[in-house]
Amino acid sequence: MATLTLPTPMSANAASSNLWIPAYSLWRRELVRFYRQKARVVGVIASPLLFWLVLGSGFAHTFHPSAGGAASASNQSISAHYGGYFFPGAIVMIVLFTAIFSMMSLIQDRNEGFLLSVLAAPIRRSAIVLGKVLGGATLAAIQGWIFLVFAPLAGVHVGAAGILYSMGIIALASFALTALGFAIAWPMDSTQAFHAVINLILIPLWLLSGSMFPASGASGWLRLVMRLNPLTYTVDALRNGLFPAQATDFSPATNLIVTLGFCAVAFAASWAIVNRRTNKPAA
Amino acid sequence: MTTLEDVSRTTKPVPPSQPATSGSASIELEHLTHDYGTRVALNDLSFRVQPGEIFGLLGPNGSGKTTLFRILSTLMVPTGGHARIAGFDVAAEPNRVRQSTGIVFQARSLDIKLTVAENLMHQGHLYGLSGALLRQRSSEVLARVGLTDRAHDMVETLSGGQQRRVELAKGLIHSPAVLLLDEPSTGLDPGARRDLWQYLRILRDQQGVSVLVTTHLMEEAEHCDRLAILNSGKLVAFGTPTELKASIGGDIVQLEAVSPWAATQLAVKVDQRFQVKTSVVGHTIRLEREQGHRFLTDVVEAFPGEIEGVSVAKPSLEDVFIQRTGHRFWTDAGLTHSSTKEKS
Repeated sequence: MATLTLPTPMSANAASSNLWIPAYSLWRRELVRFYRQKARVVGVIASPLLFWLVLGSGFAHTFHPSAGGAASASNQSISAHYGGYFFPGAIVMIVLFTAIFSMMSLIQDRNEGFLLSVLAAPIRRSAIVLGKVLGGATLAAIQGWIFLVFAPLAGVHVGAAGILYSMGIIALASFALTALGFAIAWPMDSTQAFHAVINLILIPLWLLSGSMFPASGASGWLRLVMRLNPLTYTVDALRNGLFPAQATDFSPATNLIVTLGFCAVAFAASWAIVNRRTNKPAA
Repeated sequence: MTTLEDVSRTTKPVPPSQPATSGSASIELEHLTHDYGTRVALNDLSFRVQPGEIFGLLGPNGSGKTTLFRILSTLMVPTGGHARIAGFDVAAEPNRVRQSTGIVFQARSLDIKLTVAENLMHQGHLYGLSGALLRQRSSEVLARVGLTDRAHDMVETLSGGQQRRVELAKGLIHSPAVLLLDEPSTGLDPGARRDLWQYLRILRDQQGVSVLVTTHLMEEAEHCDRLAILNSGKLVAFGTPTELKASIGGDIVQLEAVSPWAATQLAVKVDQRFQVKTSVVGHTIRLEREQGHRFLTDVVEAFPGEIEGVSVAKPSLEDVFIQRTGHRFWTDAGLTHSSTKEKS
């Protein structure tokens, strides 16, 4: 075609320029926005601390083995201290909350118009998913890692390998839960609707993940639901890392595979939902 | 009785002119159609925008401007026909189109928690720029919109006009051949508006960029090199502002009656007496006439007491719109005869 006096547009030359660079840029934006908002930074440090104080004092007394109740339903494999049993679940909860709240920014991006200019850019849609999810996951993982500082207080005594393994599982959990949050937040235009979904799906997802009581101790349909819940295996995987000596409901390999699968499925769901091109208004 | 229906029938139909084009058009619409279910938003649009021109898309709210803008900015796939930018089909090759197009949305698209420079860097990353080249482009476009000294300020500390300039800089970061702007003057004071048009002209003259501007403001449309006027998703007029205004013969004479009813009565009488085509909008009778001021004295003498007010003016773009559609640009409460207006 006869090119006129038009300036040649600077062209995207490779996959890196329409996938990795945009994804990096979106990831970086999440982090920059985070540390610019001092309240959020304080929250990351303070909330695990507060959480731990509540757990450490309140739960320890309530669920002490001799106090009966929930702890008596637990089987042999559970640590004598409920605080120890609950510790991995508490980390996953913190990760879940951070992941959810960071994906609420997706709805904000949409309403503020920022997302529109991203959607109109010559990038792969997967770059949007990667950037946003990795950004949210990074923040969630950092918060989860910070919580590991309290591990010795929960009776965790593992070497560097155990800690590294746990950090890895926390990173995977952050990724999977942020991707799940992304897939849920993408079609929504109000944060109120998102809150409804959090209460309806995400909180039960955590409650039935073996965080508070083990799947092996549950009965009937509840046990089935917990076995179908991918987060159960993630919590179990974290237990493998923190308490390597203890037997868990599932084998470490199963836990790791299901957790990786959870990441892949959640990411694929986000990717699929973002790639729908419609002839209705996009944003 | 002269009704609006008659007007639309008797008005010499001027088909949207399709100027012969040499070379490739920057934007090319071919029978572009879009519907939202049963509601037709764009009805068989065909026109071309040439390289290096400022092209206006004028229409009232609901005329289909926004739909067309969404299709051109590749946010929506049209349900029929084709739209091409820089030779690439918006539906088939959206990323090629995006790479050639800079977009300035009506609403703010900046991240206000980032600095001006960070916003531009981010935008550059989305368009495949990075490193030294991106930094250079970023400072170039910032200099062009006169905001170099604000580069490291948070966007939220900038005024509305300055933010709009950053939006423009953002749209230009990848040196697009085509720039699309949706209602760019929204929320700008007259000074900022003037500056904006100054930038657009510089872009056109120095870079040969084609600029497409949607607007519902007549005075803004006057600044464009050529215009397409949309109404109810249809192209009702096409050409330079001067051409369009010249297509109306003579002056625009308006006679005001006491009521819409009296206006229709009077229109019939004026029609019979002077053999002119009249149209009634509200309680105003409009007609086109050479030597409008002479006609005015004749008509006032002929119907004493029936005319409340008179005016004579050179045709404006609004007159073009009224002539082509039979109704006012701004459909207001005064338009009581809307039942006869064309529905699509």
